[in-house]
Amino acid sequence: MNIVIASGKGGTGKTMVSVNLAWSISQSHNVHLIDCDAEEPNVHLFFPGERSEQPVTAEVPEVDSEKCTLCGACGEFCRFGAISVLTKSVMIQPHLCHSCGGCQLACPVDAITEVPRKIGMIRQSSPSPSLTVISGILDEGEIAAPEVIKTAKKAGEWDGISVWDGPPGTACPVIETMDGADVCILVTESTPSGLADLKRAASLAKTLGIPRGIVINRSDGEDGPTLAFCKEENIPVIMMIPFDREIAAIHNRGAILSAEKKEWKEKFIQLYEDAIAIAGGNA
Amino acid sequence: MKVCITSKGDLPESAAENRFGRTPFFVIYDDETGKVIETINNASVNDASGVGPKVVQMLVSKGVNVVITGQVGGNANQGLLTAGIPAYAFGEAETVAEAYAAYKAGTLTRIV
Repeated sequence: MNIVIASGKGGTGKTMVSVNLAWSISQSHNVHLIDCDAEEPNVHLFFPGERSEQPVTAEVPEVDSEKCTLCGACGEFCRFGAISVLTKSVMIQPHLCHSCGGCQLACPVDAITEVPRKIGMIRQSSPSPSLTVISGILDEGEIAAPEVIKTAKKAGEWDGISVWDGPPGTACPVIETMDGADVCILVTESTPSGLADLKRAASLAKTLGIPRGIVINRSDGEDGPTLAFCKEENIPVIMMIPFDREIAAIHNRGAILSAEKKEWKEKFIQLYEDAIAIAGGNA
Repeated sequence: MKVCITSKGDLPESAAENRFGRTPFFVIYDDETGKVIETINNASVNDASGVGPKVVQMLVSKGVNVVITGQVGGNANQGLLTAGIPAYAFGEAETVAEAYAAYKAGTLTRIV
């Protein structure tokens, strides 16, 4: 059972929901919590302690100047300006490379090979015997978040329950995160931008064929337009988290709401059960 | 020698363009005759990324020896350095023709 948390808009509470959901599930099941927000991973802040790290690499081209005829085919092919054929040499700017391998295919004399280059890392810890936390961390200034996300998901792949904390937005990193999910929990807030971005994320999940449920966070009781959208799209609202100073204070000091408040542990277990129901019933 | 100037239009009277990679046009002078020999519509102007190196590669294929522009970004800078093409800032010059005249007069500042 893979549960992905998304939102469209940043700052709606994806990590808060992911952390509390995974922690609450871990009280009775084994669970893997994967931080797929590789550009700004924050899940680990809630689980300090020992962790292991391993590098993530991406394949980038290397040119054999003995074989290269400076024909220009690789540079013509590259959409990203990562490989350019200049007066007397081929210039590679690895930070622009998307690791598509196209330059290697375009080269008529097999002068290009692919070599690994570090773009990020995977950090893994076990805060409790039933909870494994894996974070995908993209190096600053790098672009290939999907590669790091894919590697983090692969590291946590298993037959049990996984919670994938997604990045904001609706572009490549989110699509990579959503890929393979059984159910998508969309976390929103009742603001115009929260709703506008929710619509985009909901549309993306629908396009990918992932069943959806919605969590309204920081609800001030004036959720009319969001509820109307959910009704119109036939997406169930499976949790309401009120706009509450105490909840914010607990979260802001890096504590886990469910661990401090028994009623929230129960609510997040219910959220898990509702997510299973939306996914089709089997955990 | 071919001297390439970034331009908002395809004429010597056109305003010089401050951006290098995303300039709409390139106007190329033959330094021997002082005449415009080619204008190029920049095909990379709306590309998402990596525009600088792509433009440098295109200019290399056109045999350009000198670039005159407003500013050059980091990726393009690396490309021009590797290709051995010097770049000059057109400074106070307003049109392409004025930029070329200032280059000939030796008053432009070299930026790459």
